[in-house]
Amino acid sequence: MSDTTNSGPVLAADGTPLKRSLARALRMQKIRALMLIAPLLLFVLLTFILPIADMLFRSVENQIVSETLPRTVVALADWDSESGEAPDEEVFTALAEDMKIAAEAKLHTRVGSRLNYENPGISSLFRKAGRKAKKWDIENDGPFKEKFLDIHKNWGSPDVWRTIQVYSPKLTNGYFLNAADMKKGADGAEWRPENEQIYWTLFIRTLIMSLAITTSCIILGYPVAWILANLPSRSANLLMILVLLPFWTSLLVRTSAWKVMLQQQGVINETLVWLGLVADDARLVMINNQFGTIVAMTHILLPFMILPMYSVMQTINPTYLRAAKSLGATNWTSFWRVYFPQSVPGIGAGSILVFILSIGYYITPELVGGTKGVFISNRIAFHISSSLNWGLAAALGTILLVVVLGLYWAYDKIVGIDNVKLG
Amino acid sequence: MALTPVKKQTPTFTASVSAAAGAFAGLFVGTAQGSGLLGIVVGALLMAILGFVSTGLIEKEKIVRAVVLVACGIAGFAIGGLPAGIIGALFGLFFGWFVFWLATGRYRSRLAPYLTSGQVLWHFTFRVICGVIFVFLITPILVVMPLSFNAQDFFTFTPEMLRFEAEGYSLKHYRDFFTSDQWQSALRNSLTIAPMATVLSVGFGTLAAIGLSQPHVPFRRAIMAILISPMIVPLIISAAGMYFFYSRIGLQGTYFGVVLAHAALGIPFVIITVTATLVGFDRSLTRAAANMGADPVTTFFKVQMPLILPGVISGGLFAFITSFDEVVVVLFVGSAGQKTLPWQMFTGLREQISPTILAVATILVVISICLLTTVEMLRRRSERLRGITPT
Repeated sequence: MSDTTNSGPVLAADGTPLKRSLARALRMQKIRALMLIAPLLLFVLLTFILPIADMLFRSVENQIVSETLPRTVVALADWDSESGEAPDEEVFTALAEDMKIAAEAKLHTRVGSRLNYENPGISSLFRKAGRKAKKWDIENDGPFKEKFLDIHKNWGSPDVWRTIQVYSPKLTNGYFLNAADMKKGADGAEWRPENEQIYWTLFIRTLIMSLAITTSCIILGYPVAWILANLPSRSANLLMILVLLPFWTSLLVRTSAWKVMLQQQGVINETLVWLGLVADDARLVMINNQFGTIVAMTHILLPFMILPMYSVMQTINPTYLRAAKSLGATNWTSFWRVYFPQSVPGIGAGSILVFILSIGYYITPELVGGTKGVFISNRIAFHISSSLNWGLAAALGTILLVVVLGLYWAYDKIVGIDNVKLG
Repeated sequence: MALTPVKKQTPTFTASVSAAAGAFAGLFVGTAQGSGLLGIVVGALLMAILGFVSTGLIEKEKIVRAVVLVACGIAGFAIGGLPAGIIGALFGLFFGWFVFWLATGRYRSRLAPYLTSGQVLWHFTFRVICGVIFVFLITPILVVMPLSFNAQDFFTFTPEMLRFEAEGYSLKHYRDFFTSDQWQSALRNSLTIAPMATVLSVGFGTLAAIGLSQPHVPFRRAIMAILISPMIVPLIISAAGMYFFYSRIGLQGTYFGVVLAHAALGIPFVIITVTATLVGFDRSLTRAAANMGADPVTTFFKVQMPLILPGVISGGLFAFITSFDEVVVVLFVGSAGQKTLPWQMFTGLREQISPTILAVATILVVISICLLTTVEMLRRRSERLRGITPT
């Protein structure tokens, strides 16, 4: 020690100061670690994060109107939507020109269906106009306002023109408004009529059913986790197989099993009828409704609740309970005041995991949910594959993603992602 | 806990407890025969008598149990034929054991001697509750298996099956599965996509896990959050994003696209299992190897790899099963040419319900049992290698 204070900074073997040498070694270590991670990070970014970002972008993207109808958009910019009258001849000429080009490229129907999401009926206006516009000679065939009105009188409706004007910018919040059951009215966003509010209902239903599933998983999972943690390890391992087997079994196998069990002619109903508990003509309806979804999903997600609870309960010392009892606590007090608080982290971890998984579930609700038991994800899938309203699907997906990421963040804070265990 | 004194119970106790159990069983037999109330009374009465009598006959336990078994079997057979006969015999087996379990006081032998009777009652009630939950967990999987041997195209047990007649059973759904082109091409697709996705995610994932478990990693939390995210983000959102993005770059509807998507989904599982194995890894081993002149590559393959191999393999199995089971993403990213087994099952369940699905399900259950066993064995081996549990 006294040597070092006398001879200046400590030197490494090669003569550089030890401090710098250590810093370099640390930097090398960090770079090596990053080099090992880099390929995977790049892979995940390209195959997973980028697609998600693309989806987020799609939820606000709205280039189709300004790309297909460039002249109309410019001409329409000065039109006052409050005037209550259709725009003048100049705008109609621009539209005729755009429509002719679009119809030749067969793009007019796509704009039509895009605007149709916002104002039902526009699609057919565009289809009809496009068919005529192909034959027009823009230089000589004017004036076009009458021609358009001849095709359909709605071309004179200010409502249609307002929709075109509102949706001409390249970015729009229209999909998000739609996803929240709102629409762009004359003065800003407004709620849709009560009977058209489907997404709101669907979001609420998804949340409530996910909560119901999480609660029933807690109720069913807690005793099982307790008994697994308190049995001697040999029998606990045997029982653990009963938990892990469903966990490893294909999701579709379990869903089809529930379909077999819950049907009107299914195993449960047959057994109940055979036992005489239910009359043959009054079989229980347990599938294609919310009950079926909750039962099947509780079964599917139960292992995700039991495993985190089990790993927490394993660390609770059973002597605490005995100590509490010997100090005069009743059975209930010793459980509620001593054991339960220590097991809360397990409940928290399991609940968030189950909730996150259930809120975005698609397959099981689709197969056993009928119409009343479907989740928001089913609606997203519908918009992607059937109604082809990708923007709305992306907006719904973005909202769902925000909810899930919020929960993920909470999970990370409470449990830590590093502590996720499998089996 | 051999300290607990085991002493015979009084006839009244045995009789009343068995009467309660008998009433419960009688309720179901009673409702099946038309009168629940009568069932309860008869069940309680019979069991009370049995309980009372058997307290005095403890030395002849084996004989009494055999008699109860046969009597219940015959009674069941008289009521409802062979199926009911077998259920009756099972009842008899249980009640014979139950009565003597009570009468001899055996039920206390494994419990702490200071428990009050209330605590003993709760102990066993709790076990029954847990048993019911375990039944809930496992029944759906067990029900599928016998149904897949159904000779009819029904999704339920036919009377022939319940009578255990040979013509009620057949392998025709399995024959269907192995001869149908649709199912076979789906199986082939699954078996090509899953291994490729597994190789990708295990290769990248193991490297990254080793990097992540170094002592100094900048942005560790953020990187971990990104790498785990495919497991957390709802599948439908991943599927939507991938569908939009892959159709932009021309990967939608190709094998390669599906493989990439499945590899991304499998990565979190590899990361989690391999980092868990690396937690117990003794770093001084690699330093020792380097000290003796091994270069990093040799150190990795000769020292580190053999020790973390169990973790890598079970991570790979997780990745495999993720891809092999995955429906949502392949539904969107794939096209008809990449129809996998789960996809075929999904369409089967949604449109034309055929019991072939149950045969496939049974085969998949058997596969998952094999995988589960392998993973468990690997886990134990890895713990032994790292010396966590001395075995």
